Amino acid sequence: MEQFLHELWIARWPLAQGLLLTVEISVASITCGTIIGLFGGIGLTYGKWFLRWPIRVLVDCIRGIPVLVLILASFYLLTFAGINLTAIESGLLALSIFCGAHMGEIIRGALQSIPPGQIDAARAIGLTFPRILAYVLLPQAMRQIMPVWINTGAELVKASTLLSVIGTGELLFRTQEIIGRNFMTLEFYGLCGILYFLVNSMIERFGKFAGQRFALQ
Amino acid sequence: MTLLSIRGLTKRFGAAEVLKGVDLEVNKGEVVSIIGASGSGKTTLLRCVNLLEDFDGGEIVLDDVAIGYVKRNGTRRRLGERELARQRAMTGMVFQSFNLFPHLTALGNVMLGLLKVRHMAKAEAKTLAMNWLSRVGLSDRAMHLPSQLSGGQQQRVAIARALAMDPKLVLLDEITSALDPELVGEVLDTIKSLAKEGTTMLIVTHEMRFARDVAHRTIFMDGGLIAEQGPSAKLFRNPGNARLKEFLKRANI
Ligand SMILES: Nc1ncnc2c1ncn2[C@@H]1O[C@H](COP(=O)(O)OP(=O)(O)O)[C@@H](O)[C@H]1O
Ligand SMILES: [Mg+2]
Repeated sequence: MEQFLHELWIARWPLAQGLLLTVEISVASITCGTIIGLFGGIGLTYGKWFLRWPIRVLVDCIRGIPVLVLILASFYLLTFAGINLTAIESGLLALSIFCGAHMGEIIRGALQSIPPGQIDAARAIGLTFPRILAYVLLPQAMRQIMPVWINTGAELVKASTLLSVIGTGELLFRTQEIIGRNFMTLEFYGLCGILYFLVNSMIERFGKFAGQRFALQ
Repeated sequence: MTLLSIRGLTKRFGAAEVLKGVDLEVNKGEVVSIIGASGSGKTTLLRCVNLLEDFDGGEIVLDDVAIGYVKRNGTRRRLGERELARQRAMTGMVFQSFNLFPHLTALGNVMLGLLKVRHMAKAEAKTLAMNWLSRVGLSDRAMHLPSQLSGGQQQRVAIARALAMDPKLVLLDEITSALDPELVGEVLDTIKSLAKEGTTMLIVTHEMRFARDVAHRTIFMDGGLIAEQGPSAKLFRNPGNARLKEFLKRANI
């Protein structure tokens, strides 16, 4: 125990940095992913065929590819196209696209479940479609997907561990580095697991709170 | 003075011709009720007037302006979304299923159009909205969400939401059909008081007694056409059309 605490003291900064990077990457990719998903979901629901169709294909393809493959592809394949991204950048790209495709599908589902009478009523008072989206449809859709959205956040935190394979210094990567030095495999993987668990249970807490706050009763 | 003038209105859904040439004039301040069997095209007619549906032929003139379409060298083209929205704001509509915005309070429902369509300042919009809520007897329910209101209260909020926009014409589509019988009265009373104040209304209804007592004129629609129309008292007492006679007998007024 004493030795563990000693090693932990030595490893405190790399661990903290890793944890911070994990949280940063997760927050950034869920933010970008939600924005992508908003456009995707709106396009899928209200777009004309020439908009809907390509989005449909993209979303289905991305959702069919394992996240790890997406990560490796954005790290290794883009260099062939002359685009050189750092590990963090390509990781962010992959996770944002992954999140965007899922959010697009989730938001489409939510928008489609809103009764058409809502659009009729909003049109009847003279709102234009962008305003109907902003004040009538999206507020309802976002409330509805709040639990799933929070869940996606937790999924992203877990998926971010995959970035360790391309050498992004997030929590899992840092943990592996530390274990490489001190060989305390069990202790530090255990600690790493507990940290992920804590982050995700905080996200879940927040989700419950937000869910109650925004519920439609 | 004629406020609404519908001429030769035709509308089809795919192969089915739902409106087959409807002609109708409504004067300012007039209350006109539309009765007729289910499927005769009443809802579709109202939705065309509020530009919620496009239509295939004929024209709708509201306050001397042909709405919904522009004619340019022989071709007829639907107006753009912006212009349609502007014209829709001139008519108010109340729906059978209320269609209140569930994420907004009663007050928020009434205020949305005032803020985002009429671009009022918040305080002014709130005063006007509260005014309308109290006119439909719901000032004490302003902060309630629709889910916390009874059907009759929800429908009265919907009426306030439509009227607050100060529309030239109000369209009501079977607004009591989804209500429990004991809640019908409060909604009809609200409409009666609007009628007294001179609001121009086109009312689709299954409440025959209400149509007879409140509407100046009643229209009977049958198979996408106006089969008979006349002053309500006369039409109900002395129907000419055989289908109308049968319809009224079944409605047993
Ligand atoms: N969106 C639609 N698509 C296809 N058919 C429709 C649609 N709306 C209404 N109809 C048809 O048009 C006819 C008239 O409907 P409606 O105007 O709702 O009649 P009413 O309100 O008098 O009951 C019905 O036969 C109905 O099935
Ligand atoms: Mg109807």
